[in-house]
Amino acid sequence: MPEQLFQFLVTGVTVGSLYALVGLGFALIYNASDVVNFAQGEFVMLGAMTAISLLAAGWPLVLAAIAATLLTVLVGLLLERFAIEPAWGASVVATIIMTIGAAIFLRGVALLLWGKDFHALPPFSGDTPLHLGSATLLPQSLWVLGGAVLLVTLVHAFLNRTLMGKALLACSFNRAAAQLVGINVKVMLRLAYGLSAGLGAIAGILIAPITFSSYEAGIMLGLKGFSAAIVGGIGNPMGAVAGGLLLGVLEALGAGLISSGYKDAIAFLFVLMVLFFEPTGLFGHKVAERV
Amino acid sequence: MRLAGFYLFAAGVALLPVLFPDNYFVTVVGASAGLHVILAVGLNLLMGYAGQISLGHAAFFGMGAYASAILTTRFAWPGLLAMAAGLLVAGVIAWLFARPILRLRGHYLAMATLGFGIIIHVIMVQAMQWTGGPDGLAGIPPLNLLGWTIEGDEQWYGVIAAAMLLTIWLSLNIVDSRMGRALRAVRGSEFAAQMMGVDTARAKTQVFVVSALFAAFAGSLFAHQQAFVSPDSFNLMVSVELVTMVVLGGMASTFGAACGAIALTLLHQGLVVFEDYEMLIHGGLLMVVMIFLPQGLFVGLSQGARRGWANLRSRAA
Repeated sequence: MPEQLFQFLVTGVTVGSLYALVGLGFALIYNASDVVNFAQGEFVMLGAMTAISLLAAGWPLVLAAIAATLLTVLVGLLLERFAIEPAWGASVVATIIMTIGAAIFLRGVALLLWGKDFHALPPFSGDTPLHLGSATLLPQSLWVLGGAVLLVTLVHAFLNRTLMGKALLACSFNRAAAQLVGINVKVMLRLAYGLSAGLGAIAGILIAPITFSSYEAGIMLGLKGFSAAIVGGIGNPMGAVAGGLLLGVLEALGAGLISSGYKDAIAFLFVLMVLFFEPTGLFGHKVAERV
Repeated sequence: MRLAGFYLFAAGVALLPVLFPDNYFVTVVGASAGLHVILAVGLNLLMGYAGQISLGHAAFFGMGAYASAILTTRFAWPGLLAMAAGLLVAGVIAWLFARPILRLRGHYLAMATLGFGIIIHVIMVQAMQWTGGPDGLAGIPPLNLLGWTIEGDEQWYGVIAAAMLLTIWLSLNIVDSRMGRALRAVRGSEFAAQMMGVDTARAKTQVFVVSALFAAFAGSLFAHQQAFVSPDSFNLMVSVELVTMVVLGGMASTFGAACGAIALTLLHQGLVVFEDYEMLIHGGLLMVVMIFLPQGLFVGLSQGARRGWANLRSRAA
């Protein structure tokens, strides 16, 4: 039993770091614009699918990955420019429906480009499993874990150490005040969307050899990323990372110990439980309502 | 006079099959639109009037449908009794979940209702021995109303139209009642409503249960009309569609929600011919409407028309 537990833990952390990256993207966009971007999962799908296509067209893996990431960043910027900016100040419900519309739109594009089939990338460094005590680990999982650690560290450093990152954080605390001290809020908005799209794309490329990808792959990933951001307290980037890891581990444990069919239900039940006891997430700050 | 719009609408609904007899768009698409209207009008009470979002409303729709399907096929219950059981289950579950869920706000509430919907959907897929799993349940007997068995598209159109008019009438009356005023106060500001002596938790619980009952009612009718249910009819995208209907029509307007439901049903019917392009167009339209008419088609257009009319008159004068 303990060996099995360890195996579930390893699987859970791998999936969890994927959720963490998607959740981080949610948090960044929410911070900059108060919008929950339901098309976040579609960034992951677009990154993976584009990289797969470019690789199939004969591009080397590194170039294909970079190009796919840049292309997804472009999609994120276009979304910001042509959907989020014109709808500035819309209600929560309106923005939710709009970003869901964007997600359906991107899914529709992917359906036309790649059909309904599943596609996969070859593993970056072979598929001979590594043995970690009694658990086995795919080399690709190390890529996912390493990539997630690197990206999270970079984002963390960016937000806390650079002027631009601090400006982005300032926007999340009080946008009007940020504008008054001379921060260009529009640029920050674009930065957040570009960064989130890039994070999503890289996550998608890293995980594509393990989970495969299809035009619909973004739906569940987006929802799990949203859950991660909510569990961590929306708008708290590192909370989202912690939420993602927690969610991944619990889901893997639930799938292994209880039932793999109920894995998604277990994940969302956990989210509900967190919200019932902590209505603003585990690491969210409480807000008072003003009349 | 307050219900003048309602009588006009009812007359239109009754006239349609007379004007276009044996028309697929009236009896089949119309019946489907009618069910959507019931769902949207119920959800509008929660979203439009009380200002609480629900991204999991398909769960209650599914509970009504599966209660009818399971009880009539596996336990040979009469249809009306099964429907009552479905209403009871949905109502009790809504009541139990209302307080902890409706304590949440904004995106947290969206997350919780979304998670609730997904959990119920997973149960529909996984609890094979009861629900038939992903393949669903077939062979649901026709609904029997006190000796009259509903058969054929025309009769179903009539029954669903009557049910729809009943829910619209109920909704119009709820909105104009003490409860309706309490709900609008909650939407304006929950804190202020509390200060004015509104029991906000109770008001929100009541409206959540009412809208769950509307949805379960539509679900029961849907199960009997289709004679078949499967989890696909109650997944997340259906919940999103329902929210879209309410917002598309315009929040806090019963007829707005009804118009949104009818418009979206027709849109889907129209988009089927585009096959692979359906998703692209559907997503694109959602974005465009939300960007340019965030207050919804019905409310947005009628406000626009009123403004245009005022402009014309001031220019003429």
